[in-house]
Amino acid sequence: MLKKIVVRKNAYFDSVTLMSLGSKVKKLEGVSQAVVVMATEMNREILMNVGLGNEETENAGPNDLVLAVEAEGEEALLAAFGEIEEKLAGNQDKKKNRDSVYKTQEEALKDGVKANLAVISVPGRFAAREAKKALKNNMHVMLFSDNVTVDQERELKELARERGLLVMGPDCGTAVVNGAGLCFANEMRKGSIGIVGASGTGLQEVLVQIDRLGGGIVQALGTGGRDLKESIGGIMMMEGIKALEAEDQVKVLVLVSKPPEPIVEEKIWNLLKQVKKPVVVCFLEGKKRDNLPENICMASTLLEAAQRAVFLEKGVEFQKETRDRREEIQKEKADLKPEQRAVRGFFCGGTLCAEALIVLRERLKEIKSNVSHHEGEILENARDLKGNVLLDLGEDEFTNGRPHPMIEPSLRTEWIVNAAQDSSVGVVLLDVEIGYGSHENPALIAAEGIRMANEAAKAAGRSLKVVAYVCGTDKDRQNLEEQRAILAGEGAILADSNVEAAQIAAELLTD
Amino acid sequence: MKINDLFQQELTVLNIGAPNFKTDLEHQGISVHQIQWMPPADGDLELIELMDEFSDREDIKAANQEAFSRILKGSPVLIGMKQAIDVIPGMTRNTILHSGPPIGWDRMCDPVKGAVVGALIYEGRAENEEEARQLAASGEITFSPCHEHSAVGPMAGIISPSMPVHIVENKTFGNRAYCTVNEGLGKVLRFGAFDQAVITRLKWIEKEFMPVMQKAIELHGEIDLKVITAQAVQMGDECHNRNKAATCLFFRELVLSLLKTGFPQQQIEKAIDFIRGNDHYFLNLSMPACKSILDPANGIQKSTIVTAMARNGVDFGIQVSGLGKKWFTAPANYVQGLLFPGYDDQDANPDLGDSAITETMGIGGFAMGASPAITQFVGGTVEDAMNYTKSMYTITTGENSAYALPPMDFRGTATGIDILKVLDSGTLPVINTGIAHKVAGIGQIGAGIVNPPKECFVKALKEYGKVRG
Repeated sequence: MLKKIVVRKNAYFDSVTLMSLGSKVKKLEGVSQAVVVMATEMNREILMNVGLGNEETENAGPNDLVLAVEAEGEEALLAAFGEIEEKLAGNQDKKKNRDSVYKTQEEALKDGVKANLAVISVPGRFAAREAKKALKNNMHVMLFSDNVTVDQERELKELARERGLLVMGPDCGTAVVNGAGLCFANEMRKGSIGIVGASGTGLQEVLVQIDRLGGGIVQALGTGGRDLKESIGGIMMMEGIKALEAEDQVKVLVLVSKPPEPIVEEKIWNLLKQVKKPVVVCFLEGKKRDNLPENICMASTLLEAAQRAVFLEKGVEFQKETRDRREEIQKEKADLKPEQRAVRGFFCGGTLCAEALIVLRERLKEIKSNVSHHEGEILENARDLKGNVLLDLGEDEFTNGRPHPMIEPSLRTEWIVNAAQDSSVGVVLLDVEIGYGSHENPALIAAEGIRMANEAAKAAGRSLKVVAYVCGTDKDRQNLEEQRAILAGEGAILADSNVEAAQIAAELLTD
Repeated sequence: MKINDLFQQELTVLNIGAPNFKTDLEHQGISVHQIQWMPPADGDLELIELMDEFSDREDIKAANQEAFSRILKGSPVLIGMKQAIDVIPGMTRNTILHSGPPIGWDRMCDPVKGAVVGALIYEGRAENEEEARQLAASGEITFSPCHEHSAVGPMAGIISPSMPVHIVENKTFGNRAYCTVNEGLGKVLRFGAFDQAVITRLKWIEKEFMPVMQKAIELHGEIDLKVITAQAVQMGDECHNRNKAATCLFFRELVLSLLKTGFPQQQIEKAIDFIRGNDHYFLNLSMPACKSILDPANGIQKSTIVTAMARNGVDFGIQVSGLGKKWFTAPANYVQGLLFPGYDDQDANPDLGDSAITETMGIGGFAMGASPAITQFVGGTVEDAMNYTKSMYTITTGENSAYALPPMDFRGTATGIDILKVLDSGTLPVINTGIAHKVAGIGQIGAGIVNPPKECFVKALKEYGKVRG
C-alpha cells in the first residue's frame, strides 16, 4: 500500500464539495482510503485514526486543505490525485449545449467551446487580429473580411502554414468544407471533387455548374484573390493542393484563379508534378501551357472547368455540352433595330464578369470592362458608357459604403434602366446569385429593373433583350426554378451558365 | 497535416462577425458559436497594437501569474483595533484620509465635505460647520487617499486621527490594512452627516466600543476573515453590498470573548447590540481584508493586474500592479439601480467609496451570482446577477477557489482583473454598490450596479506602453 498526503495552505473549500469528492475518489479502482478535508481539529483526528495523518496535517489549520490517499500502487495513486485536481479545478462552469453569446474568442474557449473553424467577417482593420487569435488557438480560418493588408495576409498565412492550418481569404466569399457551404455558397450534391479557388463568384460558378452537370463536391477551399501574387507566394493554393491530394475522398482536383504571377505560377506547376490525381487547371485568361502531364488538363472558362471535372469524376471522356438555341435566339433577334448593336453587362459577381469578357471579346468587335487588364479594353469612365461594356458592380466605386450587390442587388436597377434609354444598346446581360449569404429574392429585384427597362425601351419605340443567368443550384433555399420564372416573367432570356448567357448575348448581336 | 484532420472532423464553427453566416451554417446542421464582436479598445488602433504586443508576452503573463498567486495566497486576519494615529502609516494630527483617488477640498463632493466637517468637529478642531469648513479650506489640513496609507473606507471613507480602526494583517505577507468601524445606516458620517448624534456615536465607538473590542480580540486571538468571507459567500453574501451572513458569523465567533471582557455589563451589552444591529458591520472588515490581500500584489514589475479600484464621488481611480501606486482616473459614473421611495435620479451622487476593493479582490459584484438576495436590493433578476458574475471571468487572470459560488456549480470567483483583457473584451468590472445622496448627511438612497469608466483602463495601458514598451 502506498500513501500520499498533501497539505495545501490557505486553500479553503466547503465541506460538502470535499465530502462528495472524497467519496468519489474512494470508489476509484485500487484506492483503499481517501480523505479530502479542511484540517479542522475534528478532521485532523479522523486523519490520524485512518492512518493518513502526519506531522504536517497535525500542524495544519482549518483554512488548509488536506488531500490524503492510500492506494495499491503508484498508478492508482496518480489516478486518484488526477481526479482530485480535476474536480477541484473543475468546478468551472462547463455546461454544454448552451446557446451562449460570447464577446471574445477567449471567452468562448474558456467556456469549453471547441471549434475547429473560425469564420471572420469583422471590419478589415480588426480582421487580421481575430484571425491570428484563431490560428493561435488551432482553428482554421475563413477570412471573409476584406481590407486586410498584404503584410498581414502574408503573416497570417505563414503562421497558418507553420501550424498546418488553413487561412481562406482575406476577401474570401465562398468555400465548402466537409460538404458545408460557408458564407456565399450553394447547397451542393456531395461528391468527390475538390477545389482550390482564388476567386469568390468564380468558385461559386464552378460549384453550381458541377452540381448542374451531376457532379459532386467534397471540399472547395478559397484562398482569397491575392494568394497567387508574388507577395503572398501562393501559400494557401499550395497547401490546399497538398491537402486535397492527400485526402482520400477527393478524386479530382480543380484549381480556379486568375493567372498567378509568373514566379508563383512556376511553383504551382512544380507542385502539380507531384500530384497523382487528375487535375483541372482554370487560370482564367492565363496562357495555354504545353506538354502537360497526362493527369492535368486546362480549362479556359469556369464552365469548362466544371465540365471537365464532372467528366473526370464520372470517369468518362470529356465532351463539350452542345445545345442548340439558335432558332429561339434568331426569333428574339428580329425584335432589335439595326442600330441596337451594343451589349451592357451589369454583374454582381466579379469573376462572372471576367468570364463573360473572355467569351465576348472573341465575338464582338470592341468591348470594355472595369475587370479587364488588357490594353485598350480597360473602361475609363463608368459614368459615360459607350459601346459594349461589362461592369462589375461589386467594385468599391459602385458600392460606395453600401452592401455588396450580391447582398443588396437594388443598386443595379438604375444601371439597367439607363442602358434601356441608350438607343445603341440591344442586350443587357445580368447575373443573379442565390444560395447562402445572398439576397432572399434577388430575381425579384432584378425583374423590377427589367420591367422598368422594358418600359423605357418601349417608350422610345424599341425592344430590349435581357439575358440573365441565375447562379445557384436546385437545392438552394431561394428556389432556382422560381427565381428563373420571375425573370422569365419579365421577358428575360435565361441561360444555364454564365458562359451560355454571354454566348446568347453575342448571338443576339452578331450577324 | 492538420488540414486533412479537419476533413475528418465534424465542423464546429466560431462565427466572428455577421450573424447571418451563423444562421446559414446552422441550417446545414453545423454547430456554430457566435462571437458578439465589438471593436476592441473602442477601435483605437494604437491601443490595440499595444494590447496585442503585451497579450502575447510571456514575461507579462508570468508577472500576472505572480500577482494572481499572491492574491490567492492572501490570508487576512483581524488582530486588533486602535486609533488611526497610533497605527496608520503617515497619519498625523492634521491628516484626514478620504476614499478614492486624491482630491482637494475644493473639488470634493458634498457628502465627502460633510464627512470632513464631521470629522473636524469630532476631533475638536472645530466647534461648528462654519469653522470646520474654514479649517478644511485653509490648507492646514492634509487630505490624502486612504489607499495611500494601507487603509480603505466605505463611501466618504473619512479617517481622522482619533478614529478607531480595525487592524487586519495578511499573515502570508505580514502587511496590514486598516478600516474604521461601520456606523450603521441612516445619518452616518460616511454619507456626510455630522449632527450631534453622529458625533456622539463616533465618540462612543472610540471611548466605549473600542476598549471592549480590543479586549475581546485579545481574548479570542486573531479572527480569520478569509474563512468567514468564504463561508458567507456560500450563505448568500457577496461581502460588499450584502454582509448579513458574514456579520452573523463574525458575531458568533466573537460573542463569547466579548462577554468575557470584564467591562461593565451595560457597556458589553451595548457593544454586542451594536454589532448585532448592523448588517454591514462586516463590510468594514471585508474591505481591509481585501486591501491587505491586494497590497502585496501591487508593484510587481510588468504585471497588468488591477490592485485597486476606488472612487471619491468625483473621480474613479484604478491602480495597476506593474505601475505601482500611480492613479489612473476619470470622472466617476452614476450607479444604475433601485432608489428608496421618495428619491429620484437627480438626488444621486456619482459613484463613491473604497468598497470597490472587494470587486478588485474578486468578490462583491464578482460574487453576485451567489447572492440572489442582493438582486432585490439592486434591481434586476437572479439571472442578471449570474450573468454579471459570469462575464467577469473574461477579464480576469484566474479563479479563486477559496470563494466558491454554489449556484454556479461551486466555481471559484473571477480574480485578478487584467487591464489588457478589459480593453480587449470591452467588458468592464461590475461593481455592486450603494448610492449616496448628493447632499451631505441624507445618507444612502439606493443601491445598484456601476462600472469604472473605460478611460481609467485606457490611460493605464497608455502609461504601461510608455513605461514598459
